[in-house]
Amino acid sequence: MSDTEQVTPPADTAPPARPKERSGLPGWAIQTLVTLSAIVLALVVGAVLIIIGDDQVKESSSYFFSAPADTVTAALSAVGEAYKALLLGAVGSWNAIAESLTQATPLICGGLGVSLAFRTGLFNIGAQGQLIIGAIFAAWIGFAWHLPPGIHLIIAIIAGIVGGAIWGGLVGLLKARTGAHEVIVTIMLNYVAIYLLQWLLTTHAFQRPGRSDPISPVVDGSAQYPQFAGNRLHLGFLISILAAVFVWWLLNRSTVGFELRAVGANPDASRTAGMSVGRAYTLAMLIAGALAGLAGTQQVLGTDLPLTDGVAASVGFDSITVALLGRGTPVGTVLAGLLFGALNAGGLQMQLQTQTALTLTTVLQAVIVLFVAAPALVRSIFRFLPKERGIGVVLAKGWNG
Amino acid sequence: MRLELSGLTRSFGSLVANDNIDLVIEPGEIHCLLGENGAGKSTLMNMLYGLLQPDSGHIVIDGEKVTIDSPAQAIARGIGMVHQHFMLVPVFTVAENIMLGREDARRGGVLDRTKANDRVRELSERYGLHVDPEALVEDIPVGVQQRVEIIKALANDAEVLILDEPTAVLTPSEIDELIEVMRQFKAAGTSIVFITHKLKEVKAIADRITVIRRGKVVGTAEPSASEEELAELMVGRAVDLVVDKEPADPGAVELEVRGLTVIDERGHTAVDNVDLEVRAGEIVALAGVQGNGQTELAEALLGLTPVAAGSISLSGRDLTKAGTRDRLEAGIGYVPEDRAHDGFVGSFTVAENLVLDLFRGEGFSSGMALRTSEIESNAEARVAEFDIRTQSIDLPVSSLSGGNQQKVVLARELSRPLKLLVASQPTRGVDVGSIEFLHKRIVHERDRGTAVLIVSTELDEIAALADRIAVMYRGRIVGIVAPDTPRDELGLMMAGASKQEAEVEATEHPTTLGSI
Repeated sequence: MSDTEQVTPPADTAPPARPKERSGLPGWAIQTLVTLSAIVLALVVGAVLIIIGDDQVKESSSYFFSAPADTVTAALSAVGEAYKALLLGAVGSWNAIAESLTQATPLICGGLGVSLAFRTGLFNIGAQGQLIIGAIFAAWIGFAWHLPPGIHLIIAIIAGIVGGAIWGGLVGLLKARTGAHEVIVTIMLNYVAIYLLQWLLTTHAFQRPGRSDPISPVVDGSAQYPQFAGNRLHLGFLISILAAVFVWWLLNRSTVGFELRAVGANPDASRTAGMSVGRAYTLAMLIAGALAGLAGTQQVLGTDLPLTDGVAASVGFDSITVALLGRGTPVGTVLAGLLFGALNAGGLQMQLQTQTALTLTTVLQAVIVLFVAAPALVRSIFRFLPKERGIGVVLAKGWNG
Repeated sequence: MRLELSGLTRSFGSLVANDNIDLVIEPGEIHCLLGENGAGKSTLMNMLYGLLQPDSGHIVIDGEKVTIDSPAQAIARGIGMVHQHFMLVPVFTVAENIMLGREDARRGGVLDRTKANDRVRELSERYGLHVDPEALVEDIPVGVQQRVEIIKALANDAEVLILDEPTAVLTPSEIDELIEVMRQFKAAGTSIVFITHKLKEVKAIADRITVIRRGKVVGTAEPSASEEELAELMVGRAVDLVVDKEPADPGAVELEVRGLTVIDERGHTAVDNVDLEVRAGEIVALAGVQGNGQTELAEALLGLTPVAAGSISLSGRDLTKAGTRDRLEAGIGYVPEDRAHDGFVGSFTVAENLVLDLFRGEGFSSGMALRTSEIESNAEARVAEFDIRTQSIDLPVSSLSGGNQQKVVLARELSRPLKLLVASQPTRGVDVGSIEFLHKRIVHERDRGTAVLIVSTELDEIAALADRIAVMYRGRIVGIVAPDTPRDELGLMMAGASKQEAEVEATEHPTTLGSI
C-alpha cells in the first residue's frame, strides 16, 4: 500500500452526488426566467414581423439608400405603436382587463385539463372535443330546459362537466383497456365532436326556429353565468380560479393526485407499488374532460350564449399551449392562461388601431411556447440562464418519451 | 503503447468528479481501476475515450501529448473500449457487427462479407476467442457477445483496451474464460484497463491496482493485498466483508410455490415448473446468471407478471390470482431488481417515495386527503433509522447516490409488517459501505421471523446472506444447496450442472476465482 492511503477524509461524509450541473436557483425560478426570456424573444420575432408587414416601412424602404433613417424611424414607430396598442388593449383600462380575464377564463379551465392529464403521463390533445361536447350538453340544458335561476345554471354547468368527462373518460378507458394511444384517440374524437356539433345544429332539437344557418336558440337568462357590470366578464372566471385551486389540491394534497403523479412519472414503479395504472389513466382523462367541459360551459353560457359551430373557436387547442407554457402545474397554467387571455384581448385592440393583423398574437403565443419547449435554444441566446430540470425538461423531450 | 494521464481534472458544476488524477498504463499490463460506484472511474475513462473533455491536465501517449475529442479519435489512437452495456445489433451476424461503421465494399457497392468474416476468424484464432463470425448476435451467449465487443475493439487495432465492469453479466466459468483471454492480450503486448468494484477479480488478474475514491487516486496496491485491505482503501474505512449472523431458526413455511410456470412476452418459458418453499426466519438465495428466470419468478411472486401454471401461497393463503396491491397488503415486501425503473419514482421526493405503497394506509391519509405532516415525520424517522444520506427529505430521490436510493426502497418495504421479503439484486450498483448496512438490515428482518427470498447474481452476496441456496438455470431450479457449497460448484450449477456433476467437475478442474 502506498502512503496516499493516509490521505483519507476523517469520517464518511456525504456521499458523492451525481455529476449533474446544478445551479442554486429553485426550479420555479429557473422556469420563470426561461419563460420571461421566451416572451422577450417572441416579442423580438413579433417586431420583425410587424416591420415586414408595415406599409410605411415598405414605402420608406423603397428609398432606403437615400434616407435610411426614414426606414428605421418607420420601423420603430410601427413596432412601438403596435405593442402599445397591444398593451393598452390588454391592461390599459378596467374594461381591457375585464376582457383579458374573460378571454383567459376558458383557457385556464381547458389548460388545467391538459395539465392534469400531462401530470399523469398523458398527452391530452382532445380538450377541443371535450370542450365542444361540454358546450353541447350545457347549451341544450340552457335553451331546452326552463328552470328557476340559479338551479338552471348549476344543472347546465354540471351537464357540461359530465359531457366533457364522458368524452375524456372514454379516451382513458380505451387506453387502460386496449392500450390505444391517447394522442390518436383524442385527435379522432375531436373530429367526431366537431362534426357531431355541426350535424346537431341542423337538427330540430338544436337549430333555432326560422334559421337556416347552424345556430341554436340563445340560452335562457337563468342559465347564463352572471356578468359583472358593463363588460363581458362573468362568474366563470372565478370558477376557473376555483378549479385551479381544486386541481392543485387534488394533485398535491390528495391520495388520488399522489397516484396520478406517480403513474405519470413512473408507471412501472407505480404498478410495483400496487397502483392500478389503467385506473389512473381513466380517472385522469375523466377529470381532464370534466375541466374541458367546464370550459365549454363558460364559452356557451358565459360569452357566446347561442351554440354555434364556432363555439370552441380554437380554445381547446390553445389550452394545450397554455398547459405547456404553464409546465403542467395549476399555478403555471393560471398564469399562462392570463397571459394568453391578455394577448388575445390586446390583439383585438392592436388590429383595430394599427391594422396589425390579429394573427400576430397567435404567432407570439406560438413562438413563446416554441422557445419554452426548446430551453436549450433560449439558453444559447441568453447564456446566463441555468439549466432547467423537471417537467420543463420533459416538455422539451416530448410527453411520452 | 504507454499511456499516461497526468493531472486530469473534470468537474460538473460544483462537483469535482475527477480531481488531479495521475495514472500510467504500461505496455502489456493489466491495470485494475478499483472504486465504488460514483467514485469517478467512468468519468476518467470517458475522458480517455473522448466522450468528455478534461477541465485541466492532459493525456500522453508514448511521450506525445494528445487531445482526444471524440471516440473516433480515441480509436484512431489505438484506444478501444468495451462498455458495460453492449453496443451490438442483435439481428446482425458477428462479422456484420464488426464491419458496422467501416463497411468494406466490393465494386458496385456490394458488401464484402468474406473479408469481414476472415478478419473475425483471424482475430478469434489469434487470441483464442472462439467466436463464429457468421453466428447471429442474438443467438450467442452473453459471454460470447462480450468477446464480439472485444473483437470490435481489436479490429480497430486497439493497443489499450478499456473493459468497463466486464464481469457483471458473466457466469463464473465465463469470467474464468475472460481472465484467460485477458492474459492472452497481455502476452501479445496489449494493455488492459479493467474497471471493477469486485475485489476477487482484481486479485485474480491485476498486475497493478489503482484505487479511486471521490474523484481522487487514493492509493495503489499490489494484487497480493488482502480483500479487506482493498475494501478499506476503496471505501475509506474498515469494512466488514462478512455479515455477522446467527444460524437461522426456520419456522413454518411462509411462501410456497408449486409448479410455477411463467411465459414471458416473447413466448419463451421463463420460469419452468418451479417448486420453492421459504420458511419464516430463513434467507433463501436464488442464485443464477442474469436472465435465467429469476427476475420473472420474483415478478410473478408480486403479481407483476402473469402466471401460466402453478400456484403461489403465503402463510397458506392462495395468492396466485391476487393483484399486486393485495399481495403487498398480504405482507410481501419487494425490492425490485432495477430500482430506478420499478423501485421508486425518481422525480418524487424522498418523503413521497418512502410512502409509495403506504400512502393509502390510515396513518398517511384520511379520506382522500394526504396527511403531509405524517408523511414528513415518517420520512424523518426512516432517514434516521436507515442512515439515508440526503440533504433534505424534500429532495427528489434521483439526486441521491445509488446506495441511498436503495436504502429508501428497503426502508419503505421494511416499514410495514412483513411475512415475506423478496429482494432482487439488493445491492447492485451500491457502494461497499451501503452493502454492509443493507445486508445487516436484511439479516435483521430474517431474525424478526420474516421469510426472505434474495435474488442475486453475485456469489459474494449469496455466500454472505443465504441460509439455503437455490440455483436457477434456464427457468428451472437445478438444485438447492447449503450456503457453504464451494464457489466452483455453485458456478457449475449456474451453468446447468446438477449438484453431483458439479461436485465432481469442481474437484477435477478448479477455476482461478474459485481458488482465491
